[in-house]
Amino acid sequence: MKVCITAQGATLESPAEDRFGRAPYFIVVESENGSFEAIRNPYADGGGGVGPKAAQVLIANNVKALVSGQVGGNAKEVLAAAGIAMYAYKAGGSVKDALDQFTKNTLTRS
Amino acid sequence: MKLAIASGKGGTGKSMVAANIAFTLALTEPVTLVDCDVEEPNLHLFFPAPVTTTEVTVPIPVVDEAACDHCGKCEEACQYGALTVLQSRILFFPELCHSCGGCMLVCPKRAIHEEPKRVGAISVSAPIPGLKLISGMLDTGSPHAVPIIKAVKERADGDPLVICDSAPGTSCPVVETLDGCDACILVTESTPFGLHDLRLAVDVAARLGVPAGIVINRSDGRDEDTIRFCIDHDLEILMTIPFDREIAAIQSRGDILCRARPEWQKEFYALFVKCSTLAGVER
Repeated sequence: MKVCITAQGATLESPAEDRFGRAPYFIVVESENGSFEAIRNPYADGGGGVGPKAAQVLIANNVKALVSGQVGGNAKEVLAAAGIAMYAYKAGGSVKDALDQFTKNTLTRS
Repeated sequence: MKLAIASGKGGTGKSMVAANIAFTLALTEPVTLVDCDVEEPNLHLFFPAPVTTTEVTVPIPVVDEAACDHCGKCEEACQYGALTVLQSRILFFPELCHSCGGCMLVCPKRAIHEEPKRVGAISVSAPIPGLKLISGMLDTGSPHAVPIIKAVKERADGDPLVICDSAPGTSCPVVETLDGCDACILVTESTPFGLHDLRLAVDVAARLGVPAGIVINRSDGRDEDTIRFCIDHDLEILMTIPFDREIAAIQSRGDILCRARPEWQKEFYALFVKCSTLAGVER
């Protein structure tokens, strides 16, 4: 299953990003084998309506779960309609830490 | 002639200047005052009168789900993220839609048509002889001021003398107000904040090709930085209004300076004549 963690950089060591639509990177991890891909968010500096567009990036990449600090109302509606589970991570750690907590099932589903 | 009054910084006295020019001109010729600050219109406070109100609507897309095959072309076309196409349904976010009609144009199945959605209203009144007041009012929760500003300006089309009172700032509502005006007054105050935002407003007016002149309001007599800026940028200081407790008191009770103190009428008429010169109109 593919899990997306919003990130400030392109590696597992990068700090996790609190915002969803304006996150600089989406780190998409394959939970079966731990392999990952860093997707640069083309809407990070967009003018408006970035939430739904960023959600479309996740849908196009077949993501099934999202780990982020905060997801806006419009994006949440799109993600919910697409059946993508949302988990809140606000500990301020790295992508790796967010992923570990997701794997240990300690994050709250929002 | 169409004259705009803008400022950059809020609270510098745009509406005060607009109300006083309009009041003075209305004594001698027909004038239309347009409140383009549709998020917080206030000119009606200076000119209370019964109003005629009409709705403003914008077209928004409605998808016929039976005809839609979820190809995603509309989602690609939408620059504002207002449409999301999932495998078996479409999500539409009306508050993100800019009513561009692009989705309807690209739909291969012609499954999209437009329906009107109310975003605000226009009020028209005749508060004193010679004066027509047109106010725009954005509905609470509607995010786009521009369609209302377009509508109030259209309502004034063909009127000989139109004064448009702008919202503060330099974003879309101000651009929409200034667009097509023959000249604009930028009202400022001699504070660092006032000068900072004046700089931005001057830039916007220049880019739109609207000749601009400056009014310094609430002057304490120490306007050197503002004056220096105006000299450096070849901007005429059209008028300086002093920081004065009596003027503030007149304003605060909703009165008009030129009505309470008629000697100000010649000052505001002179301001208008200078604006006409800026606009290249002989008075």
